[in-house]
Amino acid sequence: MSTDLTRKTADELAQSLAAKEVSSVEVTQALVDRIGAVDGAVHAFLHVDAEGALATAADIDDRRAKGEQLSYLAGVPIAIKDVLATKGMPTTCGSKILEGWIPPYDATVTATIKAAGLPILGKTNMDEFAMGSSTEHSAYGPTHNPWDTTRIPGGSGGGSAAAVAAFEAPLAIGTDTGGSIRQPGALTGTVGVKPTYGGISRYGLVAMASSLDQAGPVTRTVLDAALLHELIAGHDPMDSTSIPDAVPPVVAAARRADVKGLKIGIVKELGGEGFQPGVEARFTEAVELLTSAGAEVVEVSIPSLKYALGAYYLVMPSEASSNLAKFDAMRYGVRVAPAGVDDPSAEQVMASSRDAGFGDEVKRRIILGTYALSSGYYDAYYGSAQKVRTVLARDFAAAFADVDVLVSPTSPTTAYPLGEKLDDPLAMYLGDVATIPANLVGIPGLSLPVGLADEDGLPVGLQFLAPQKADDRLYNAAAALERMLEQNWGGTLLSRAPELEAAR
Amino acid sequence: MSAATETLVPFDEAISRYDPVMGLEIHIELNTATKMFCGCPTEFGAEPNTQVCPVCLALPGALPVVNAKAVESAIRMGLALNCEIAQWCRFARKNYFYPDMPKNFQTSQYDEPIAFDGYVDVEVEGETFRIEIERAHMEEDTGKALHVGGSTGRIHGADFSLVDYNRAGIPLIEIVTRTIEVPAEKAPAVARAYVSYVRDLIGGLGVSDVRMDQGSLRADVNLSLKPKGSDVLGTRSETKNVNSFRSVERAVRYEISRHAGILDAGGKVVQETRHFQEDSGTTLPGREKSDADDYRYFPEPDLAPVSPSREWVEELRATLPEPPAVRRARLQADWGFSDLDMRDTIGAGALDLIVATVEAGTTPQAAKKWWLGEMARRANESGQDIDALGITPQQVAEIQALIDAGRINDKLARSVFDGVIAGEGTAEEVVVSRKLEVVSDDGALGAAVDRAIEADPDAAQKVRAGNLGVAGALIGAVMKEMRGQADAGRVRELILEKLS
Repeated sequence: MSTDLTRKTADELAQSLAAKEVSSVEVTQALVDRIGAVDGAVHAFLHVDAEGALATAADIDDRRAKGEQLSYLAGVPIAIKDVLATKGMPTTCGSKILEGWIPPYDATVTATIKAAGLPILGKTNMDEFAMGSSTEHSAYGPTHNPWDTTRIPGGSGGGSAAAVAAFEAPLAIGTDTGGSIRQPGALTGTVGVKPTYGGISRYGLVAMASSLDQAGPVTRTVLDAALLHELIAGHDPMDSTSIPDAVPPVVAAARRADVKGLKIGIVKELGGEGFQPGVEARFTEAVELLTSAGAEVVEVSIPSLKYALGAYYLVMPSEASSNLAKFDAMRYGVRVAPAGVDDPSAEQVMASSRDAGFGDEVKRRIILGTYALSSGYYDAYYGSAQKVRTVLARDFAAAFADVDVLVSPTSPTTAYPLGEKLDDPLAMYLGDVATIPANLVGIPGLSLPVGLADEDGLPVGLQFLAPQKADDRLYNAAAALERMLEQNWGGTLLSRAPELEAAR
Repeated sequence: MSAATETLVPFDEAISRYDPVMGLEIHIELNTATKMFCGCPTEFGAEPNTQVCPVCLALPGALPVVNAKAVESAIRMGLALNCEIAQWCRFARKNYFYPDMPKNFQTSQYDEPIAFDGYVDVEVEGETFRIEIERAHMEEDTGKALHVGGSTGRIHGADFSLVDYNRAGIPLIEIVTRTIEVPAEKAPAVARAYVSYVRDLIGGLGVSDVRMDQGSLRADVNLSLKPKGSDVLGTRSETKNVNSFRSVERAVRYEISRHAGILDAGGKVVQETRHFQEDSGTTLPGREKSDADDYRYFPEPDLAPVSPSREWVEELRATLPEPPAVRRARLQADWGFSDLDMRDTIGAGALDLIVATVEAGTTPQAAKKWWLGEMARRANESGQDIDALGITPQQVAEIQALIDAGRINDKLARSVFDGVIAGEGTAEEVVVSRKLEVVSDDGALGAAVDRAIEADPDAAQKVRAGNLGVAGALIGAVMKEMRGQADAGRVRELILEKLS
């Protein structure tokens, strides 16, 4: 076990803090220093709040010294994707249109984290309004993959994943609309979880597509993800789509880590053609490990999966076109006067502000969504897409009648070079083909690092999927696999990542 | 285009050639304590932008949650309108850009309203007309733009505009009729009777203040004409936010005349929204509606569907008051009022006040005397509504009880009203503090009578001679001395005793 505080997992830090072997101020300072040292190369953060984080850390140390009962993760620092509202801290969603906006309120997730005493290190970079699969669509410049800074970290939550992979934060919050936690998790060698839709409050999460968006943990281990998941999950009366049921026992499941007798289905349609050989190889080996540990593995077909990507690229922009209408320069955000107009109308000011404030990908999706919802096209596009969701949900339910969890590679490829797919949106959209179905049907998914691809030496992720509200199954199976992999590797995959200081 | 350039066909002439086809939309603001999708207060007339939060300002990330009380009000309203109540319904987003719309979509209901397929029966000159209700759906109000500078208060010529979001998110119910086709000459009166009926019906439920003057009830009149004998519907105009019953009637008449003028000249009616002008009784064009209007409705993904249980709906049905017409007939019979009395009572807006006064222990006749007499006069003089005078039915009943007990008379009661309205205390306290109690003590009265006789020997002589009519002058003198507080009957008796 490393003595470097930045290399410790959240669980290790929590134990050291509880045993008073280390203070939260020391941990937080170590991470702030690490951010200072490497974030110039990674650009995981859009905003760093060293002062605020250290103040929280000092407060927690003080309260711990007084013997106060604290939450398990109290004092363990965290980074938050810049799409969640943070009171008093800038929130931009990676967009120029919100440059300088400081929310007067906290998202429920943020409020929960603050109440639990986790120092917030800052806000992480992302594709503008979470639209993209590479974090190259951030208006503030791309994030670089800590494994190879010439490559993308995945998107849209590339900042959160890179912060965790670069040892700038032990914990991060991401959001996942079509794979934005799991896909960057796979590409950076981190654990990323999209919980069941409604399992974690969306209040204060700036919406891209309301029926698909879900916040979740990004960490270096399955147990850390479970600890963070359990902290931020639960019913929120401020979010009417929030699940009222009890939170699944994810921490207990992560500690159990036993797949004996578990029935695992390999999704036939999520593999094969279009998937990189190195990705396929690591996936196959991981499945063999699960079999060797006593799991029963079968192939499962979900025929409607071929329509998922199409349905997603109708539902998501449709909802986004409406959700982004509020950015009209009336109440917050940038306001830009139209050039060459003496006495502009309100509509002209709105139009020029939106023109200046939104990037190309956002505009592309607003136009797509506006078209898909317009009269005469609604039935053909949005209506059909909703029908696909229904069929897909039925097919998944049928599959889960036979198996406990489903597995697939998380992403068809490893991290590609920055700029490679920037001008080919359709190619970029394919990167989320394996993750999107879970968002369409609201089921939970987890991406676990399962090794490095032979051809490029970059991380590969394996995705577990479980039925709605059965998030604990993901943690159990993933923790079991993680334990076997780390025994084989002699430590976490991330310990094999290049030292960024050396790379610079 | 201004009203002056319109060629109008006189109403009687217009309806000899065309039949009107109407549709009425009534927007009713609910009187819930909080907004439709957040906990902000809904008080009328607050300082701009003081009743707002992240949700109703549409700050990034904020989410709506449905106000259960508003759903309850919507269901009760739907039941009162004889509607079916949806077992499961959703909200939808109506997308369009407007500076006073925080989200730039209005959260409304589209193809899945909470209430649908209802009707009401309204009466015009003894004839009953059934108005079919297509739907009653829930939605939220928008903010309000204020245009500063310029002479008209409208955006043209204004120096700048301000937006007040206090109204944004106030719960509304929109009641939409099916097409109304009634004999042409009756159409304006039927439209008025319908709006008036709905106002009373909803007012009786207690779910809205139904004040047209404050905009808590707003009517839109859709109207088109078709040539007599034709089945082809004409192009309609939509006259927005008509804000009195009389204006509804006038707007229908005006639009019939205006449409006929256009059609007679071989022109085409433009599909547009129009604004009713109170002063001239005309309508002026507003925004032109074109086919380009596309609200891109889709189900609101941020809100869970609304699925009221059948048990709850039946519980709410059991709380419905009697329909206004039934209630009026019952009250009229109970009170023994003539048709004229009843019409005056309703016309003065005094029905509920009289009900409450009677419930407080006063006879209907006495209650009517005060509310239609003294109170109506005061309201008229001060330009207030009768229920805004600052006196309650309970207080009126207390004053009447003092009269019945012989402690004050009708004339003194007016001073008691003054005192109570001025906040000097209860009726009893006002009588004491203003020393208004009737004097029936023979000692005091006898002395006053003696002084009156002494002061006017001529009158006394005439009474002694048997001219009893002259006693009035002596009674008047005593009353004057006693500042109206003497028991007039007893004074007369004492005068006659002394002069017999």
